[in-house]
Amino acid sequence: MLEHLGQVNIVTGHYGSGKTNLAVNLAADLKARGEEVTLVDLDIVNPYFRSADFAGQMAEKGIRVMAPQFANTNLDIPALGPEISAAFSGEFPGRVIVDVGGDDAGAFALGRYAAEASRRDYRMIYVVNFFRCLTREPQEALQVLREIEAASRLKGSALLNNSNLAGETSPGDILASIAHAERTAEAAGLPLWGTAVRRDLAPKLGKGSFYPVDIYVRPPWERP
Amino acid sequence: MKGNEALAEAAIRSGCRHFFGYPITPQTEVAAYMAKKMPKIGGTYLQAESEIAAINMVYGAASAGVRAMTSSSSPGISLKSEGISYIAGADLPCLIINVQRGGPGLGGIQPSQADYWQATRATGHGDFHVLVFAPSTIQEMVDLVGLAFEKADAYRMPAMILADGMLGQMMEPVSFPEEAAEVKLPEKPWATNGHKGKRPHNIVNSLYLKPDQLEKTIVDRFQRYETIKATEARAEEYLVEDAEIVLVAYGATARIVKSAVNTAREMGIKAGMIRPITLWPYPVKNIQKAAETAKHFLCVEMSMGQMVDDVRLAVNGKRPVSFFGHTGGVIPAPGEVLEQIKEIAGGVR
Repeated sequence: MLEHLGQVNIVTGHYGSGKTNLAVNLAADLKARGEEVTLVDLDIVNPYFRSADFAGQMAEKGIRVMAPQFANTNLDIPALGPEISAAFSGEFPGRVIVDVGGDDAGAFALGRYAAEASRRDYRMIYVVNFFRCLTREPQEALQVLREIEAASRLKGSALLNNSNLAGETSPGDILASIAHAERTAEAAGLPLWGTAVRRDLAPKLGKGSFYPVDIYVRPPWERP
Repeated sequence: MKGNEALAEAAIRSGCRHFFGYPITPQTEVAAYMAKKMPKIGGTYLQAESEIAAINMVYGAASAGVRAMTSSSSPGISLKSEGISYIAGADLPCLIINVQRGGPGLGGIQPSQADYWQATRATGHGDFHVLVFAPSTIQEMVDLVGLAFEKADAYRMPAMILADGMLGQMMEPVSFPEEAAEVKLPEKPWATNGHKGKRPHNIVNSLYLKPDQLEKTIVDRFQRYETIKATEARAEEYLVEDAEIVLVAYGATARIVKSAVNTAREMGIKAGMIRPITLWPYPVKNIQKAAETAKHFLCVEMSMGQMVDDVRLAVNGKRPVSFFGHTGGVIPAPGEVLEQIKEIAGGVR
């Protein structure tokens, strides 16, 4: 997976497609192989389950985390600080992972940085979970991608299949989703980088283009 | 699905074709989902100019006999309270969803359960109740929306789903019952949907000019409430039978408590949980029964302690009742609840 990444890696997709968990994994994996990483939480549409939740854990690993100024406070104000523009522009060393809000609504905030991103070697990763109720079919998934592209004024670079049913995901569910991902990628004219899978399921899937991920995003009762 | 989406889809599958809303975090996805889906199925999605307007649109639609709903979060529910009282006073069924956030005032946008008193005691002015259902999983959100519509129709009264921001925003797999071609709704001979010259005028109203007439409608309504209290209370019991310490929690908090109960059991502490599924009517009998055998009750809420009043009423002084909670959008951690259990267990033994 990491071999596909550029300088600025923007994680987009439908609400609840798993963008945050993926963004946090990408940042952690880049850091683990010794790279400098900045993780930008650009979600100004959804107050819960966001990259900023893991700021402490990421900082411990030495990852730089940026988030909307009022993320995880009681202020529902979409204020983005100037350091985010600096991160897009390459003023910090290393690579940047950007966790964008869901759908076109979330991607509007990304549009603010379209000029900065376009001047860099950017990748916009479109994450799809085909078990999500409004992106069950390739055509629906494609429409959401097009809406995100229009809102962000950036072009998708690749598709990443993140189909899962949380704790109930079986290897069969994942394998069944791959054909959907391939059809969506073909319709979009984009490469399919692979399928993200929970780390413990990876050995059960045989050969294929799988990206094993850890589950960071959890409900409170699964935390200590 | 996300909890808020599941609420919306479940309502649609229950035959709801009239949704009136106004955005507020953390329930906005209910309205957003309705906005996407309703036009495709010939339903009405209307974003009103305010919460007050939305609830009064529900009042109008419910009068005409259709399944109508609105959704909001805590401050928005306060705004709706006048309309809810009118709907109750006019004996109309409808569904109101409250995805609770922190209060009072503008409060916050993180999860909370501080609207328990409001939901069970004072959803508006006057003598009345609304049915209050408290889901604790996304699947249960789906199941209870259907049940809430059904019971609201059966008893001609408003029903509320009292969820919280955590349930609204989190995701879990859900399954829906097979989609029927058309949901069969009960007959509503009282509906003001046009008499077509075939019956006398129906009147929907909550104003009575004579005090004794008003009193009679309220007394009649309270007789129905007695039936509801006797037959409609629901709760889940988890490891209660041999439990020495019984925890009481609802909604998302119940899942945190369950996790703590499991750890306590592993440590050899006999803990169990009663999870009220209906908050009005309150599952008094489950608590009373547990009070026969348990030694101590511990109520856990995301509030300063509201439902604990109902636990104390049901326990009626038989056993000590403790409370633990966080409020303002702070979520109790399973470890904190476990500490409380351990402390009580020290005393119990």
